Amino acid sequence: MIALSDYLVLGAILFCLSLAGIFLNRKNVIILLMSIELMLLSVNMNFVAFSAYLQDVAGQVFVFFILTVAAAEAAIGLAILVVLYRSKQSINVDDMDSMKG
Amino acid sequence: MSLEKIIFYLFATILVLAALRVITSRNPVHSALYLVLCFFSSAALWILLQAEFLAITLVLVYVGAVMVLFLFVVMMLNINLDVMREGFIKYLPIGITVALISVLEMGIVITGNFTLDKFPAPARKAVDYSNTEAIGNVLYTEYLFSFEIAAVLLLVAIVAAIALTMRKRPNTRSQNPSEQVLVKKSDRLHIVKMDAEEKQS
Repeated sequence: MIALSDYLVLGAILFCLSLAGIFLNRKNVIILLMSIELMLLSVNMNFVAFSAYLQDVAGQVFVFFILTVAAAEAAIGLAILVVLYRSKQSINVDDMDSMKG
Repeated sequence: MSLEKIIFYLFATILVLAALRVITSRNPVHSALYLVLCFFSSAALWILLQAEFLAITLVLVYVGAVMVLFLFVVMMLNINLDVMREGFIKYLPIGITVALISVLEMGIVITGNFTLDKFPAPARKAVDYSNTEAIGNVLYTEYLFSFEIAAVLLLVAIVAAIALTMRKRPNTRSQNPSEQVLVKKSDRLHIVKMDAEEKQS
């Protein structure tokens, strides 16, 4: 039988891969957004695994809400990206320094 | 090795390899397509965990909507790929180090504590058990308020995304129905009083 730790290790590997993705592709906003989606997927994997092994459906309801929020986040993030591209003709993170923050 | 284990390790390997390609591939379109593969294999793993409703939702919502949106945006923008890859090699060592250390830390915590004897594998559900029904039963009773808030959140996201990306071009000619309806006869037709012309003789 598959142990709970197998699913958790898989989630951990996914999370760390997306963490490395944020480090490596720090110029490309699209890949950054994809890494965030991957991170949310790994968290969801943990939720579903715990929900199945603890026989509690609440974890799956939580995944449902995370999916909702992630869809909204992706839509707004891409909308901001399109507006940014229209004004700067670039999606490089280094070009977004007009606020001098 | 049971069939279940073979399926788990097959899909887990595909998932990890696809995730690796998402963060390392040169072309953002390839990244998006590999991310689709990631979602598909996790959906398969969730079906293995008997969470069919969420697995189908993942494929419908993520692959069907979010990733198509990503692909649209990636293909719409004209990106200079070489500039985007700057710093990839420079940050490769620190990226690998941070990822390896965190996966080792999490592995140490996880592997000892969540073994089969502490968390026994759940028994297979009966044939007439419906995962969708179980989720629906708590979603519309215990979590009704959060469900409504999620609906409002989606509405806000729709309004925000449209408001952000809509733009008025100054030189397009468009109809304005409310002005068209409000127009009166006197705005359009002028009757000019004038004397009758005499016939030239």
